[in-house]
Amino acid sequence: MLPFAGALLAPALVRVMKHNAGWLLAAIPLVVFLHLAGMLDAVSKGSSISGGFDWAPSLGLRFSWFLDGLSLTFALLISGIGTLIVIYAGGYLKGHPHQGRFFSFILLFMGAMLGLVVSDSFLMLFVYWELTSITSFLLIGFDHGREASRRAALQALLVTGIGGLSLLAGLLVIAQATGMSELSSLLGSVDALRNSPLYLAALLLVLGGAFTKSAQFPFHFWLPNAMEAPTPVSAYLHSATMVKAGVYLLMRLNPVMGDTAAWETILPVFGGATLAIGTLLAVRQTDLKLMLAYTTVSSLGLLVMLTGLGSDKAIEAAALYLIAHSMFKGALFMVAGLIDHEAGTRDITCLRGLRKAMPITFVAAMLAALSMGGLPLFSGFLAKEQIYYALGSPEGWQAVLLVIAVCGNALMFAIGFAVALRPFLGDALRTPKAAHEGPISLWLGPAVLGALGLAAAVAAPITHRFLSSPAASAVAGSPIEVTISTIPHIGVPLLLSGLTVALGIAAYVRLDSLRGATAGVLQAIGWGPDRGFDQVLRGLLRLATGLTRIIHNGRLDIYMTVTFVAVAAALLLPMVLFGELPSMPDVPALRFYEWGVLAIAVIGVAAVVKARSRLTAIVSLGIQGFAVALLYMLFGAPDLSFTQFMVETLSVVILALVMTRLRLAPTDRRPHAQKLLDMAIAAACGTAFALLLLKVTQLPFDDRLSQFFNTYAKTIAHGRNVVNVIIVDFRGLDTLGEIAVVMVTGLAILALIRIRSKKADVHAPVRKEA
Amino acid sequence: MQTLIFRTAAPYLTGLMLMFSVFVLLRGHNEPGGGFTGGLIAASAFAIHGIAFGVPAVRRALYFHPMAISGFGLFAAAAAGLPSLLFGVPFLTGLWMSPAFFGMSIDLSTVIVFDIGVYLVVVGSFTSIALALEDREHD
Repeated sequence: MLPFAGALLAPALVRVMKHNAGWLLAAIPLVVFLHLAGMLDAVSKGSSISGGFDWAPSLGLRFSWFLDGLSLTFALLISGIGTLIVIYAGGYLKGHPHQGRFFSFILLFMGAMLGLVVSDSFLMLFVYWELTSITSFLLIGFDHGREASRRAALQALLVTGIGGLSLLAGLLVIAQATGMSELSSLLGSVDALRNSPLYLAALLLVLGGAFTKSAQFPFHFWLPNAMEAPTPVSAYLHSATMVKAGVYLLMRLNPVMGDTAAWETILPVFGGATLAIGTLLAVRQTDLKLMLAYTTVSSLGLLVMLTGLGSDKAIEAAALYLIAHSMFKGALFMVAGLIDHEAGTRDITCLRGLRKAMPITFVAAMLAALSMGGLPLFSGFLAKEQIYYALGSPEGWQAVLLVIAVCGNALMFAIGFAVALRPFLGDALRTPKAAHEGPISLWLGPAVLGALGLAAAVAAPITHRFLSSPAASAVAGSPIEVTISTIPHIGVPLLLSGLTVALGIAAYVRLDSLRGATAGVLQAIGWGPDRGFDQVLRGLLRLATGLTRIIHNGRLDIYMTVTFVAVAAALLLPMVLFGELPSMPDVPALRFYEWGVLAIAVIGVAAVVKARSRLTAIVSLGIQGFAVALLYMLFGAPDLSFTQFMVETLSVVILALVMTRLRLAPTDRRPHAQKLLDMAIAAACGTAFALLLLKVTQLPFDDRLSQFFNTYAKTIAHGRNVVNVIIVDFRGLDTLGEIAVVMVTGLAILALIRIRSKKADVHAPVRKEA
Repeated sequence: MQTLIFRTAAPYLTGLMLMFSVFVLLRGHNEPGGGFTGGLIAASAFAIHGIAFGVPAVRRALYFHPMAISGFGLFAAAAAGLPSLLFGVPFLTGLWMSPAFFGMSIDLSTVIVFDIGVYLVVVGSFTSIALALEDREHD
């Protein structure tokens, strides 16, 4: 993937070329765009391009991609707008010390987003999905010196990250339900998922992912906060591309998940709610970017709603609106950034009469706003007409959706013009900076996108043939021909359009009083999901602190009690519950010296228990250990015995050293009840292990491994000592890992001892066995 | 632990134990022994020396920091696996050769390098723990 390579290169290039690197870096998405455009012809004829290679065949994972009308439309939008954004960022962040990092992030994002829309296997889809969340986090928090940026970045990451997990679960459920893990094969058998009993679970989980990513109510709050990011990011990620990933997913899955009652209820309801709330919240803002951000929320709601309706007309409308929205919203965001950059403020109440100072920006803004408002000759008009076709003959509760759509569109019309017209008309106000036209890198983007919004509609047949129809067909799962053109047709849709425009103009004129009214209502409500997010986060932190205090309280005796109780329970419970207790063994006939060694072990244990001082106890424990080592020796395991001797010696020495260092009372002063409890736990553990060993020895012994090692130790590994040959040769990798552990443990203990010389009460744990 | 007998015996004991540990390490392939056991013996030897003459003396005698010895051991063990990559066999596969020295054939292998690595890791880690603990007796 070209953008990833570009991301690596970007910082170096910026160091050499300063802000002009933007022009060169823009070549990367441009090449991608042209490459993709070359596939347009093939894809528009209905074929799809796919490929891939095995990644981890043993797990059935494939790294595969495929391109159909929908993917290609998205990919073209991403790379095309990406080209303009990179150029724009070159001008916008001119002289910024971290411009190279910025380019790097944005190209990374571009690569992730392209990967997302062309992914075929679920795994790849998920990985890229998460990558977009992470790069979005980096980009929102780009200005990491500010508290608000950091908060917004974290919020976006958490919300979309939780959604990502939900998506992963959803994809796994889909894979479980259908046995397919690739989108293309899933799309090939459309009814497999719908008829599965797991359908509803899969749907809800996938929606969890899509709704958080695409900022649907009630998860919409992260998107406006994400406007803390530099404007190129807002224009690119948070209007044209990333937030559409959720919509993409829904559109992609429409053929296999759509057309059910649940789908056709949940999506329009949430989409409609988002549309209504987004526009209402947009009205109350005075910051250009925030106004646009909330209209983006409502546009996404509109797209979700249309996808959910699922009729051919609605899908056509969704495809058209998707393309139109990316162009006009991207352009308007860039205009907002341009005004901010040149005039020093984005507050709409402080901006007037910029048309003389910034004529090109004004034209670009007007082109975009005309498209956003849905006036004839612009692509927004086509989309809106199609929306009203789709909603024009509502049944039952869908009438509500129509009302919401009309009002929402009217308010978006008003806001579009508020952003594009207000700052330019009237007498010039004093702005923090003397406003003047920006450099070409800044106005190129909005101008091209604005003009494209016009061209796409004027040349509607071409647009339809190459973009809208293939995209809509892919969403619907069957071929659809988009035919709508810019010449207005008399009918219900046109009437509704007219109504929208009329309402929009009225809202535009009275925007200030509307703003006051919504502000009042919101103030009255007070609480919103944004505040809720903070409350949840605080609660989570408090819960974590509380839990840590309970579990990780720093008292070694409690840790050990818990550990040993768990060990005893894990060993005893299954044996008792499943009736697997070993039968009582016969007392074996042992020779006198074997009895002697056993006696030494018993004496050692008894001495531990009876010992008055801790030091005696440790040494007594050593006696018991040596007795065990003797037993190993007697039963033909000299290696084991040898090692046991050494380990026992060293652990006695080290334990003794530790004990002399810890300022503990030389004798045991536990209360009586505590002693009894500890005794019970110790007895339980001991019994459990004894029972387990008895059981193990009573099972038939599988000696294939020993046979193998005995046979081959000499021939393959040139060694007679089987144990050592296993350690250093047959299982060499294990040993390598183990010695690494030994070393790391050594380092850790060393560090602990060092800490202890400063702080008096940190216990140094001792590693007894390697 | 500063008795005369102990202080007199300790250097001999340490020397003997170190020699024995190397012996155990080298014979490990055919007889009981090996890097791990040998390493433990050597670590005990250093611990004894430390108890008798104090930690600074051991540190001087070792010259390297014990953790550095441990690190080198891990490096050697990992490096012992690399030659097998050149021969296109799995990582850590033992490779053998038997050059003749003065008419005697000696078996050399990457496995012995690996075992020496294990030995060094064990010596280094355990010595550094023991020394650190002994060190604190004097503070």
